[in-house]
Amino acid sequence: MARMELRNVRKSYGSVEVLRDIDLDIDDGEFIVLVGPSGCGKSTLLRMIAGLEPISGGDFLIDGERMNDVRPRDRDIAMVFQSYALYPHMDVARNMGFSMEIRGAPAEERARRVAEAARTLGLDTLLQRLPKELSGGQRQRVAMGRAIIRDPRAFLFDEPLSNLDAALRVEMRLEIARLHQRLGTTMIYVTHDQVEALTLADRIVVLDGGDIQQVGSPLDLYERPANRFVARFIGSPTMNVVPATGAAGGVRLADGARIALPHLGDAGNAVELGIRPEHIDVVGAGAGDLEATAELVEHLGSDTNVYAQVDGLGPMMVRVHGNIAARAGDRLGLKIQARNAHVFAADGTALRRAERSA
Amino acid sequence: MTTRSSPLLSAARYLALALYLGFALFPLYWLLKIALTPDQLIYTEGTRMLPTLTTLENFRTVVFQTPFLSYFRNSLVVSLGTAAVTTLIAAGAGYAFSRFRFRGKKLIIGLMLVTQMFPLLMIIAPIYKMVAALGMLNSLTSLIIVYTAFNIPFATFLMQSFFDGIPRDLEEAAMMDGCTRFQALRKVVFPLTLPGLGATLGFVFTAAWSELLFALMLINSNETMTFPVGLLTFVSKFSVDWGQMMAAGVLALIPSCIFFIFIQRYLVQGLTSGAVKG
Repeated sequence: MARMELRNVRKSYGSVEVLRDIDLDIDDGEFIVLVGPSGCGKSTLLRMIAGLEPISGGDFLIDGERMNDVRPRDRDIAMVFQSYALYPHMDVARNMGFSMEIRGAPAEERARRVAEAARTLGLDTLLQRLPKELSGGQRQRVAMGRAIIRDPRAFLFDEPLSNLDAALRVEMRLEIARLHQRLGTTMIYVTHDQVEALTLADRIVVLDGGDIQQVGSPLDLYERPANRFVARFIGSPTMNVVPATGAAGGVRLADGARIALPHLGDAGNAVELGIRPEHIDVVGAGAGDLEATAELVEHLGSDTNVYAQVDGLGPMMVRVHGNIAARAGDRLGLKIQARNAHVFAADGTALRRAERSA
Repeated sequence: MTTRSSPLLSAARYLALALYLGFALFPLYWLLKIALTPDQLIYTEGTRMLPTLTTLENFRTVVFQTPFLSYFRNSLVVSLGTAAVTTLIAAGAGYAFSRFRFRGKKLIIGLMLVTQMFPLLMIIAPIYKMVAALGMLNSLTSLIIVYTAFNIPFATFLMQSFFDGIPRDLEEAAMMDGCTRFQALRKVVFPLTLPGLGATLGFVFTAAWSELLFALMLINSNETMTFPVGLLTFVSKFSVDWGQMMAAGVLALIPSCIFFIFIQRYLVQGLTSGAVKG
């Protein structure tokens, strides 16, 4: 069980600052996902929590105890590495029991715990194999088994699924979710895959350029992104962002269209309008806010993706639920669902919505 | 290329390999042949591929009537000593180069490279003076020290490349699992470095085993002569006694062979893993 606090945590290599003033409280049993593009410092932050990377400034506390100078082995945290980092010269059983072996646990207890963990992970028959004789998914399981066997007070995952193929990734994602439900232990998970972030997290921490951009529940980030970066990073397909000018009660787009945004108190200093592909409706030509030509239409069965060229505005993507008859080259009208639109100021911050009591 | 390689091509490949093998192994065959040929036939039979008579007389003479065994023992002490000390130091240095960032790292690497640039002949006189001043002429210790000094740079780079091939994640995983850095080194890194250690040991052992120049300069007494120097005595003493010299040569190959049979399992692994990840 672990409550973690990060207070003004910084990391720099020489004069290069990779993380600035990270403030974050992680509740006991919470599943936190750190996301961001590569190079945003998410893995570095995780490694600082693990104790593998020294903390340049600020304080890191677990259960109120300062951990900055505590060695990894004394933090009682388990970590699953992206490469799995299984010991190649040890069989599965010894890999899983290694942490207990190091701590001098009696052999019978070790064997019992290994067998137990192997059973829950479906590794019973593989205990005598070497890592090189296992498939990617099996290695991943062993890495997880190695972590859970010692019953640590927190788990860290560093992009654990990125080396698996798509089907296996979904399966292991569910497995991790189940693991969290069963153990209720604090988990911190690093990924660049927003689907993993949205599906697993209690709260997501979006990092970019060494700063926390936003912390919130998956729906929070989806519905109320704090800035343009988060808005475009979370959600798939990516949000459309087009230039706009603030006007009373709404915005004016470059093609001259006026979009009324009654839910925004004041859109006066808006420079951009953001709208997710799923928040645009396709209507007959002339009947919408915007006029467009369909360039490419993808029929996914459950949804239809329309890549449209909007007159006077440029490309925009639209996702419609179900099937529509549109074909490449068709003229379409696009209707923007005003209450789901986002508006950004010149510095990228999202203008707050006036109404909407969460 | 198609998936089916033509039989002609593979025949050519085997032929090329056979030619190379013959080329590489022929001197060894000749060594053995002359060692087994009775003295009086060496010149009369000249370049016949197989001697008409074979004898073990040369071996008997070398082992029982020359100080050969003493040379042999001295060489073994020097080579094993050099291999052990060098590998130990090189492993430590290679690990540090591979894993840590520290002040002066670039400078040390640069200096180590510089030491490899000078021809040995240039520094043999200063080395002699130093060893003489220390009163260590004619001692095996001086040879071990000098050989170790000369082999450390290359051995260090070799070991570093092996450590570079071991993912850092493994050590970190071990530390997360409860190891200290040293425990992680001993329980996880060390077993995985065995091929590298084997390759380095083998390389340094053979280098020391066949070294002549320094041994010739620093050793004069018969008691501390190493094998390559001792081999020269066959030239002066018996006006080139080819049979015995070759017999001694054959015997000298034995420890190298045993050593390589012993480590070849690691060596092959080591060389290939180094090649792939280098």
